[in-house]
Amino acid sequence: MPRFPYDDRDLDRFRETQQLAYHCAEQVAAWIEPGVTERQATAELRRCLVAAGVQDFFHVPFAWFGDRTAFRHFHTPLQFFAGNRRLAEGMPYVLDCAPIVDGYTADIGYGGKVGDNPIWDRLAADLQVYRELILREVRARRPLDEVYAAVDAQIAAHGYDNRHRVYPGRVIGHQVTRTSARGPAGVNVFGFGVRTLQTLGRELISERLHGRSPLWADGRSSRHAPTPGLWAVEPHIGFREVGIKFEELLVVTEDDAYWLDDDLPHVRRWTRQKETAR
Amino acid sequence: MRNRRIRRAAPSPHPHPHPHPSSSVPERRRTVHSGGLPLAVFEQGDPADPTVILVHGYPDTHVVWDDVAAELAADHHVVRYDVRGAGESGVPHSRAGYRLELLGADLFAVADAVSPDAPVHVVAHDWGSVQSWEAVTAPGAEQRIVSYTTMSGPSLDHLGHWIRHRMRRPTPRHVKQLLVQGAHSWYITAFHLPFLAPATWRLWLARAWPRVLRDLEEVTERPGHPQATLKQDAVRGIELYRANMRPTLRNPRERPTEVPVQLVTLARDHYVGEFLSEGLERWVPRLTRRTVNATHWSALLEQGPVVAGLVRDFVARTAAGEVQGPPDDGRLVVITGAGSGIGRATALAFAERGAALALADLDLPSAQRTAELCELVGGRATAYLLDVSDGAAVDAFAQQVAAAHGVPDVVVNNAGIGHSGTFLQTTEKEWQRVLDVNLWGVIHGCRAFGTLMTERGQGGHIVNLASAAAYLPSKVLAAYATSKAAVLMLSECLGAELAPHGIRVSAICPGIVNTNITRTSTFSGLTPAEQAAKQQRVSRMYARRGFPPEKVAAEILRAVRTGKPVVPVTFEAKAARLLGRLSPALLRRAARLNVG
Repeated sequence: MPRFPYDDRDLDRFRETQQLAYHCAEQVAAWIEPGVTERQATAELRRCLVAAGVQDFFHVPFAWFGDRTAFRHFHTPLQFFAGNRRLAEGMPYVLDCAPIVDGYTADIGYGGKVGDNPIWDRLAADLQVYRELILREVRARRPLDEVYAAVDAQIAAHGYDNRHRVYPGRVIGHQVTRTSARGPAGVNVFGFGVRTLQTLGRELISERLHGRSPLWADGRSSRHAPTPGLWAVEPHIGFREVGIKFEELLVVTEDDAYWLDDDLPHVRRWTRQKETAR
Repeated sequence: MRNRRIRRAAPSPHPHPHPHPSSSVPERRRTVHSGGLPLAVFEQGDPADPTVILVHGYPDTHVVWDDVAAELAADHHVVRYDVRGAGESGVPHSRAGYRLELLGADLFAVADAVSPDAPVHVVAHDWGSVQSWEAVTAPGAEQRIVSYTTMSGPSLDHLGHWIRHRMRRPTPRHVKQLLVQGAHSWYITAFHLPFLAPATWRLWLARAWPRVLRDLEEVTERPGHPQATLKQDAVRGIELYRANMRPTLRNPRERPTEVPVQLVTLARDHYVGEFLSEGLERWVPRLTRRTVNATHWSALLEQGPVVAGLVRDFVARTAAGEVQGPPDDGRLVVITGAGSGIGRATALAFAERGAALALADLDLPSAQRTAELCELVGGRATAYLLDVSDGAAVDAFAQQVAAAHGVPDVVVNNAGIGHSGTFLQTTEKEWQRVLDVNLWGVIHGCRAFGTLMTERGQGGHIVNLASAAAYLPSKVLAAYATSKAAVLMLSECLGAELAPHGIRVSAICPGIVNTNITRTSTFSGLTPAEQAAKQQRVSRMYARRGFPPEKVAAEILRAVRTGKPVVPVTFEAKAARLLGRLSPALLRRAARLNVG
């Protein structure tokens, strides 16, 4: 197992980038309204991130509206890209962006809705279970494919379905490092930044040599204990036409694990709900 | 208002003795003029209660509603009238006087006279229903009509579109529907022949009508029925067909309605096929479907209280505004093993159509979770703890459901467990466990709920979950396949027994479906560790096949709609069934393979 490669200063920078990303997502969420298309939402998100000092993207910003939040009728990877779907009253939406500042990468997912949607409310509340479950399992240093299976079992118990399996490679998460590649910033191939692809490719090869994978899925290649480092974890659950996810960085050290930041919109929402329930 | 005051002061200017002995509610008669004709209107009950107008068909008069009216009059203002040309009402001079527009206007005229301030509920049968559709689908009808219960009489416009759609897309199913309905509508063609139809009624049929009702319609003969004016009513009413059938069917209009409609299908109706209402949701967004196990006339003359019960229920629910939102199909569905897999998916599929659900599972929290999800998608659900292998517990559960929600319309015996092992490997205990749950669970469920459904006499549907293993032998599924084969045969036998009661039985035979049955399956002759590994391997195999339980649920709903007795689901289940018929020897050879 490699040593945990970051010091506190690095973690602070990662946390700042993640805060910045969530801040922009919240701004777009406040701006968004019925009639807006996915493309308009991603453009707004990109504009907001660039204005905040973002230099490159791990992947281009995504936005999914309506049943596309649950990836219904997705047959090709091209369908992940923002389209002409217009937001309507009662629709759920998901924003996903991955800005890079000075090589420090964030990768976040933000779920929301416009108007009234009881199914979304229920999913959003249940999402908390997955955040706790994943942390508990990783802390116990269970192999990553088993954590994946535990998440699947929880999804089945809830009566939802696993939507992260629609992502390329069925991944629930992936490793995030400080990018140090030289390629042109801001250029992307199939939605992933050129620098990302360089870094990711290098990681894939070197990790494979050690029998590990920087991609976290349910297959044989994830049959290893959590690798120390930073993992962007994105459980994505769906029920009927509604999907929701969060995505944030999980810090895995040699003997412990914790979420990089607890001051995030979804965590604040759960805390608020707990307080009003009291 | 004036009318109302007069009515209270002098309730019955022409006392009209009620022909039915059980009725004690007095009738009040009045005359309403519509389109130049006097219509004989008969009222019962307190005018302050919700007004229900009952519209009779052909060749009846208001008398056909005697039982239903007597039942409803206790808490409703019941209004009946003789339609134009029938009973004590006026007779149009020409065929044009029987046009649908005039018949629809008659209904509004009666409604305005008996309930000028409040909108009315309409209940109609046969031709009464055909003409009430005219009123219900009139623009703005929802201002005057709060709810409409229809029996055995489609809108001719909807029917015209129904025929057009099937002529344009002549799939085998559509062609069959056209032929079947055509064969059942022979008399309509006959009614268009000059002289013959009136002569038949005059010379013979009017006299023979009580016997026709008794022998073909299972209606007991009794004094006062049919009405004394039958011969002239029947002869004049032929004009209803001649004036409306051809022009409307040839050029059907677009007639949607916002009025909540309760469609009561009569399971043994000889004249109106169930499939005539297929796709009715296109015109009626707020549609509730109910079924009564009765013939065309025995619904009113033998099962009056049942029909009245449906009307009372629908009137109450529309008054409570419940029909806003998803279509409430009003059915009560019981599902065992509803905490996961096919049971949960089936529960959700029924809930999405607005059914009420009683969900049972050995694991109560999982059933409760299903109930919560059902409520999210628009159903009403209650969760129960139940071990289906315990006969006394299943009986108690059935009683509990009947007391709390009523007798179910659909029962899905879904609870089951998986087990793998060859015959000699499987221990006696394992055999018992598999048969207790998979076979005895179904037996207990069918017995407890089948009894309730038969006693109620309104028909219903029992769905039993068998498996492709029921007809696909495999040496490693000895106990499981045996239990499922028994369920398949049980379903077929039970279907024969319950058919006269209008209760249908379907056996569902899924192949490889991705549910948690594989994660809880047991395997003979393995250590716990080996067993866990095997569970994982089989689960992964099933997951890779990737056939979701939701598709099985969709097939179950279709089976309930169509009454299909044996339903193989998934490609492999269908292929195996076909192969087993073509070459049973081939399946026997394949059974020797070590798969499952």
